[in-house]
Amino acid sequence: MSILVKPGTKVLVQGITGSFGARHAQLSIDYGTQVVAGVTPGKGGQVFEHGGKKVPIFDTVAEAVKQTGATASAVFVPAAFAADAILEGADAGLELVVAITEGIPVRDMIRVKRALQGRATRLIGPNCPGIVTPGEGKDSHGGCRIGIAPGYIHKKGHIGVVSRSGTLTYEAVWQLTTRGAGQSTCIGIGGDPVPGLSHLDVIKLFNDDPDTHGILIIGEIGGSAEEEAARWIRKNCKKPVAGFIAGATAPPGRRMGHAGAIISGGEGTATAKIAAFKAAGIGVAATPSEMADTLLKMM
Amino acid sequence: MNIHEYQAKQLLAKYGVAVPLEIPAKSLDEVRVAAEKITAGGSARVVVKSQIHAGGRGKGTFKTGFQGGVKVAASVDEAVSHAKNMLGNVLVTKQTGVDGRRVQTLLIASGAKIKKEFYLAVLLDRAVSRPLVMASTEGGMDIEEVAAKTPEKIFKEWIDPAVGIMPYQARKITAALGLKGDLFNAAAKFVTGVFNTWWECDASLVEINPMCVVELPDGKETVVALDAKISLDDNGLYRHKDIQAMRDLNEEAPLEIEASKFNLNYIKLDGNIACLVNGAGLAMATMDIIQHFGGRPANFLDVGGGASQEQVAAAFKIILQDSNVKGILVNIFGGIMDCNVIATGIVAAVKETGLKLPLIVRLEGNNVAAGKKTLAESGLKLITGDSMTDAAQKVVKAVGKQTI
Repeated sequence: MSILVKPGTKVLVQGITGSFGARHAQLSIDYGTQVVAGVTPGKGGQVFEHGGKKVPIFDTVAEAVKQTGATASAVFVPAAFAADAILEGADAGLELVVAITEGIPVRDMIRVKRALQGRATRLIGPNCPGIVTPGEGKDSHGGCRIGIAPGYIHKKGHIGVVSRSGTLTYEAVWQLTTRGAGQSTCIGIGGDPVPGLSHLDVIKLFNDDPDTHGILIIGEIGGSAEEEAARWIRKNCKKPVAGFIAGATAPPGRRMGHAGAIISGGEGTATAKIAAFKAAGIGVAATPSEMADTLLKMM
Repeated sequence: MNIHEYQAKQLLAKYGVAVPLEIPAKSLDEVRVAAEKITAGGSARVVVKSQIHAGGRGKGTFKTGFQGGVKVAASVDEAVSHAKNMLGNVLVTKQTGVDGRRVQTLLIASGAKIKKEFYLAVLLDRAVSRPLVMASTEGGMDIEEVAAKTPEKIFKEWIDPAVGIMPYQARKITAALGLKGDLFNAAAKFVTGVFNTWWECDASLVEINPMCVVELPDGKETVVALDAKISLDDNGLYRHKDIQAMRDLNEEAPLEIEASKFNLNYIKLDGNIACLVNGAGLAMATMDIIQHFGGRPANFLDVGGGASQEQVAAAFKIILQDSNVKGILVNIFGGIMDCNVIATGIVAAVKETGLKLPLIVRLEGNNVAAGKKTLAESGLKLITGDSMTDAAQKVVKAVGKQTI
């Protein structure tokens, strides 16, 4: 088992004809993911070809869903159009929308999040690497990869990984894989101040997934999502959890690359988050080199 | 992006927020003309306010020794005399750091007779992904201190983005401030205007501190924004050409401006170990591990998830312009991108810049063996690290522990 997506999940790509979307659609196909449709308004009827596979392109998500039965999408459209693309996916009844796009205005995401209230569609991102459920083949081939994460670093197994970062997540996954510890599902929830799924949302899913035996949570400065997750973990989580918080050396009031990575008004410090982790019994890695080992020692 | 007080007030005024009579001035001649207009408007006093992107201006000190970045003058001549001490000089406040900021614009304002001071702000409440209006009767104070000591004095109202601020919400906030009669209605309009400025301008923060009840020359009272601060969401700027034009490059660190031209995220810090990393989270984690092993990071530098050779070269040049730097740690996790391409980029950049400082490189990921081979065969005196721990320990050792 896994959470949110599994090897057979049918995926469509919004913005498949852009260079970024096309490249990662190809990599997902190479990884063995079921990419069944592309959506680019005005290019409906064209075909996206890669590796002998022909992926039909549709003008609307609704049409793509109707014709192909896709249940999840990857959003690669430019920031100015991304809010619209996310809500189009929700309107078409997708179970999961993964927004990779970086640079979406906060105001757009506030509206998107409000519009998603009461809907069954789950949103990962934006400004995130996406989600990977590793497959059983060589270098985890045959898994479901939605987004931009490198597929080969994964290995099928029983650790759930959730993080706000991209490359720091790859680092953590790679540490796990090279120590022989595979993953059930790995999710990068993104570095923006208004994300879809939160750390806590993902932790709850991992807690309920019988195939996830341990959880690695990676946070960073800004906001209070890590503290919120820690409070829930303390009372409810039955599985070993280890974590790391990036940004202990970040100066207050400065945005550290991610739009959401900022200490403001004395809130969102690494110190406060690490304290919350410790209070919840979460194993805290002293350095980013020890993320996997910290969790594996607890299991 | 941050903007100056006078620019913030221009935006606020567009959305119906009352601001005092004020005129920006960039030269002594302009100061004199502005001060004459202010006194002709019936104000006995003229306020001269330094415009820099930092708070604490009133209590700040110029590097010349002149006290106060905000001065009240009793005449036009006195206002010009204060302006002489401010324009072109560097003002140091508790928020600027020791380097201070050079004052290049002054705001010439009428002296207000303040009856009451309030605090009003709009920001994103990340916990609920909604805008939050915060108001307090403790105006003119440090709001973080108020929040810590007397949180009950801060009134909060969350706005539903589907409908925007409703008039009843503005009235609730105004009632919480204890205003009555004409002032009640004026303040409700004021609050609505401040929220609309936040929403329509894609702001991340609008802060009016203080929002004041002032007495006009005719004895009537009204509500105005005596000071204002606006920060904008960079991602929303593309929608606002008028606000983009308000960017003041003098307020930004030159190296950070240079880095932004190459789509690099660079923030200068005060340590001596530079780092060059792909991805923001990994870049923060790299700074942290340098400090963990006793070193001090000189910067945050994210070359992006898929750094190009040109970006790596530009990044090296930017790092080397910081004279505090005594060693460099490159930490790249090449997920999709080829480590060998990055290695080739590093070798080219080192040769081009004639780098003499210790350079520690840690590569991991796609095609890493070829990348390490390229580094090893480059003939350069660089050190490779196998893990983040190994690389961080090596760079700290190479630079020597800093005692500060």
